[in-house]
Amino acid sequence: MRLKKYLNIRWIASIMVMCALLVNAIPLSAQLADTSSTTASSSAGVNEGAADSSALKSASSEPLISTVVDTAASAKLIADFKPEKDFGPLYKSASYYVLLFFLVCVFIAIIGKVLRVYELSGELQGKKTKSYWQNVQGILFIVVLIAGLYGVYWSYTVQGAMSMTIAASEHGEKIDTMFYVTLVITTIVFILTHILLFGFSFKYRGSDTRKAYFYPHNNAVERLWTIIPAITLTVLVVFGFITWRSITNVPKEEQDKALKVEVVGEQFKWNIRYSGTDNIIGKRNFTLITPTNGLGIDYKDPKSWDDKLAGEIVLPVNKPVRVAVGSKDILHSFYIPDFRVQINAVPGMPTSFQFTPKYTTQQMRDKLNDPTFNYLLLCAKICGAGHYNMQAKVTVLSEDEYKAWEAKLPLFYNDDVKKQLQVAQQKMSSENNKVTLITKNNR
Amino acid sequence: MASTAIHDTAVLTHHDHGHEHGHHKETFITKYIFSQDHKMIAKQFLITGIIMAVIAMFLSVLFRLQLGWPDKNFPILETFLGKWAEGGRIRPDFYLALVTIHGTMMVFFVLTAGLSGTFSNLLIPLQLGARDMASPFLNMLSYWFFFTACMIMMGSFFVQTGPASAGWTIYPPLSAIPKAIPGSGLGMTLWLISMILFVASSLMGALNYISTVLNMRTKGMDMWRMPLTIWAFFLTAILGVLSFPVLVSGVVLLIFDRSFGTSFYLSDIVVQGEVLPNQGGSPILWQHLFWFLGHPEVYIVIMPALGITSEVIATNSRKPIFGYHAMVYSLIGITILSFIVWGHHMFITGMNPFLGGVFMITTLIIAVPSAVKTFNYLATLWRGNIRFTPAMLFAIGLVSFFISGGLTGIFLGNAALDINLHDTYFVVAHFHLVMGSAAIFGMLCGVYHWFPKMFGRLMDEKLGYLHFWLTFIGAYLVFFPMHFMGLDGVPRRYYAFTEFEFMKEWLTVNTFISWAAIISALAQVAFLWNFFYSIFYGKKSSQNPWESNTMEWTAPVEHLHGNWPGEIPTVYRWPYDYSKPGHDDDFIPQTVPFSQTMSSNLPHDFEGNAESERIQQEWDSKYAADKVEQGIN
Ligand code: HEM
Ligand SMILES: [Cu+2]
Ligand SMILES: [Cu+2]
Repeated sequence: MRLKKYLNIRWIASIMVMCALLVNAIPLSAQLADTSSTTASSSAGVNEGAADSSALKSASSEPLISTVVDTAASAKLIADFKPEKDFGPLYKSASYYVLLFFLVCVFIAIIGKVLRVYELSGELQGKKTKSYWQNVQGILFIVVLIAGLYGVYWSYTVQGAMSMTIAASEHGEKIDTMFYVTLVITTIVFILTHILLFGFSFKYRGSDTRKAYFYPHNNAVERLWTIIPAITLTVLVVFGFITWRSITNVPKEEQDKALKVEVVGEQFKWNIRYSGTDNIIGKRNFTLITPTNGLGIDYKDPKSWDDKLAGEIVLPVNKPVRVAVGSKDILHSFYIPDFRVQINAVPGMPTSFQFTPKYTTQQMRDKLNDPTFNYLLLCAKICGAGHYNMQAKVTVLSEDEYKAWEAKLPLFYNDDVKKQLQVAQQKMSSENNKVTLITKNNR
Repeated sequence: MASTAIHDTAVLTHHDHGHEHGHHKETFITKYIFSQDHKMIAKQFLITGIIMAVIAMFLSVLFRLQLGWPDKNFPILETFLGKWAEGGRIRPDFYLALVTIHGTMMVFFVLTAGLSGTFSNLLIPLQLGARDMASPFLNMLSYWFFFTACMIMMGSFFVQTGPASAGWTIYPPLSAIPKAIPGSGLGMTLWLISMILFVASSLMGALNYISTVLNMRTKGMDMWRMPLTIWAFFLTAILGVLSFPVLVSGVVLLIFDRSFGTSFYLSDIVVQGEVLPNQGGSPILWQHLFWFLGHPEVYIVIMPALGITSEVIATNSRKPIFGYHAMVYSLIGITILSFIVWGHHMFITGMNPFLGGVFMITTLIIAVPSAVKTFNYLATLWRGNIRFTPAMLFAIGLVSFFISGGLTGIFLGNAALDINLHDTYFVVAHFHLVMGSAAIFGMLCGVYHWFPKMFGRLMDEKLGYLHFWLTFIGAYLVFFPMHFMGLDGVPRRYYAFTEFEFMKEWLTVNTFISWAAIISALAQVAFLWNFFYSIFYGKKSSQNPWESNTMEWTAPVEHLHGNWPGEIPTVYRWPYDYSKPGHDDDFIPQTVPFSQTMSSNLPHDFEGNAESERIQQEWDSKYAADKVEQGIN
């Protein structure tokens, strides 16, 4: 290894340590002085950005029925984006952490050296240190096993309790049963195998006096532990298959009976449309999308005339709902964890999910003893910078309350809109033609 | 051990060209850079893989900072990320870029190239008794394509619009439309180019591995005498050859959509008010093409790790691997089944639910061979005489992670449960346990075990112990709590958990996870130091430091071009004769003929060869007679 001459690690390392220490010491004061100016400029920048996005947001949501939720959200966006003013302590603490890490390294190095010396002196006296370390590992496995089992118990009870929500839909309860069955089986396997794994590691840790047991195979045992998992999994598969089919394979007449709602995703919000008196959602065509007609509803289709747009999802309790999910731009995912409902929103391919809410929002609030609880629709498919905040409120009401709410929704297709649409469509179509021409030429 | 003798195709290649090569004058460039020697190429793959791993890990620390402390500013970040972290806070779109590049690098560059590339290259010739790969030149090209792919991927950090940011699965239309996210501009183009080069690299590698395994085994090394490592690398290579081209076809179609106005994946799209002309495509098509590779890919990642573990566990338990045949058949089973389960990534895309049901059945079937492998590992440990080398610790760690991750796979493979779990942190936890932890542990295990073979020196054991325990515990602390977040419905790839009321209770958990992640990341310094320091200053290794049976340890410590001076040893037995009763040592290398181990031979060692059995019987009765005589005297 000729390289060795040029790469003397000891040298490099000590230089690095020195540099790090210097870096820690010197620039600290300089940066402390600097921070006030950076803060000012950057906070301005961020605020501008936030203002921009909120402007964008309200602009794009204007044509739809604007909701309280929307503006509140954008206000929150601004508030949240305010950066903290005082960077000084942060710089300081960062450099402390770096220093701390170096100290730990040095500490470990010293311990290593001490151990080395101890071992060498031991070897001189003819003691064996090798088996000492073997025993340490074996014992650590037992310690980790016990601590780990307790940790599992702790997180099942504490974090498990945090994560176990009430399934608020009919099929959701089936899913939860399925989940618990799987959880019990897997937890048993998990614990048993780990006891064996770590227990064997401890019990059979090496010694010079013993020889391992030559045991290359045992076909009967192997057959057994092929068949048992196979049977268990078959049970789970059958059970799962039935549950899955019962959720996704809804008979035609059930489908027709369900309340139809359409939810269309776009960066980064959900557009909600109710099907009106005919319970049929009117056609949509992406080429008709204009600022006024954000969904591209096709008003040549009479079924769309009674459709209503809403700012949030409101559903009647104990009535099946069939949500038609779509997307205007890219993939999104329609996800309401409380209902155990998820289906992707795919541009160019309508999808749907049918479910039946079991509890009204109020009932859930009572159950959870949380007066601020709301069902929430989230987006679960990566869709860009605003993915983490693409939400819509979902409210479940009693049947009567729902009817009253629905009746109050204004028709989108009123005379005003008709006129606006005509004008807009003419303008847009000519513009669009231009745009496509230009892009075509560019290509 | 074995089916009836399999043809010695390898014999033909055994002319003595080892000597000639020794006399070539090697320059720095042919020795260290454009080397065609499989051992040097393995080291190149390994060190590049380690560097990529460090970078990818660093990216993960960056986004863990954001997730752990979503309302804090880290002005340092602005210093070196500039506009991507204005005010010391990572921007949402840059957060996604970080996640994307982290995932891509880890899955492809570290766990595919870094793992298969390193150990297939190192071990296939050495454990099979070949002088080099079937095509050393192709092998060299494979590395340099990989290297170029890495450079291009890294380069995407230096373009104006930032790196690709549509997730490592780059689902279109997000990845196809620069307007939807800045990362889908030049950054995505670079990602796609990098990926094509990478696939070319893996194909060259895989074809080489397959032909070497099939054609260049030494005398006596029939398929059923191959160590499980080789079986794993061989089947992995087959998986790669069959699945990677599908990714390329997908990528090419995506390039067409992005640059030439086709509509394979695009339809009915209006982005920010602009109506796109594309019609008739389907974003789902990409997912089918991607996951047709993507699922085999996860087994491309885990199978070499399992192979390495089998070898290390057997060696260090001083016991034959339990159920060698069952291990091979489960690997074959996994190989075949992994081609028909890809749909489990798409249960809720709107794909026909009946199809989803079918994929669910195939998916849960694949858990059976995985379970068999686990139980066989446990049985191998049982009544062993375990030596805790760092490699052995990592192997045991792998088994633990593989169990945990495999069990959560059973939840996800159930389509009904996946409704509520898809794209949540539960999935993140699952694949980080099986892939981010188990496969990485397999790789580290291999590094510790074959370090003496690669560099002729030993790594420090105690630093290895420290590294193992910190990483093992750290990884569980990071990934275990994520399951519960996922069950609560917290989706993955969220920039912050501050916008939803129900996620706020997880903020402290996230801070905890971030701390655990940072500490585990720092623990890797113990490894990096140990690795690079030991290359130059480690204790000199003996030829067979672990007292192992496989052939690579019969080659001299000094690296020769051609691996063995003189003739390549012949193989007489399977690789797992550890602690055989009647033998003095607790290991019998594969190259020791049965005639030298008369006291320990077992009837089935002779595979029904009547002549050998007769000789053994004669010997046995004579030996018994001797014993009786001695007893009398
Ligand atoms: C017992 C065997 C396994 C089963 C039943 C299983 C099942 C699944 C399922 C159903 C998913 C999709 C979850 C979703 O997106 O909703 C998934 C995701 C994943 N699995 Fe597994 N898995 C198994 C083992 C493995 C192994 C061994 C690896 C890798 C070494 C692996 C790596 C992954 C990865 C990377 C993903 C996530 C991909 C992504 O969406 O980014 N799995 N697994
Ligand atoms: Cu989204
Ligand atoms: Cu998969």
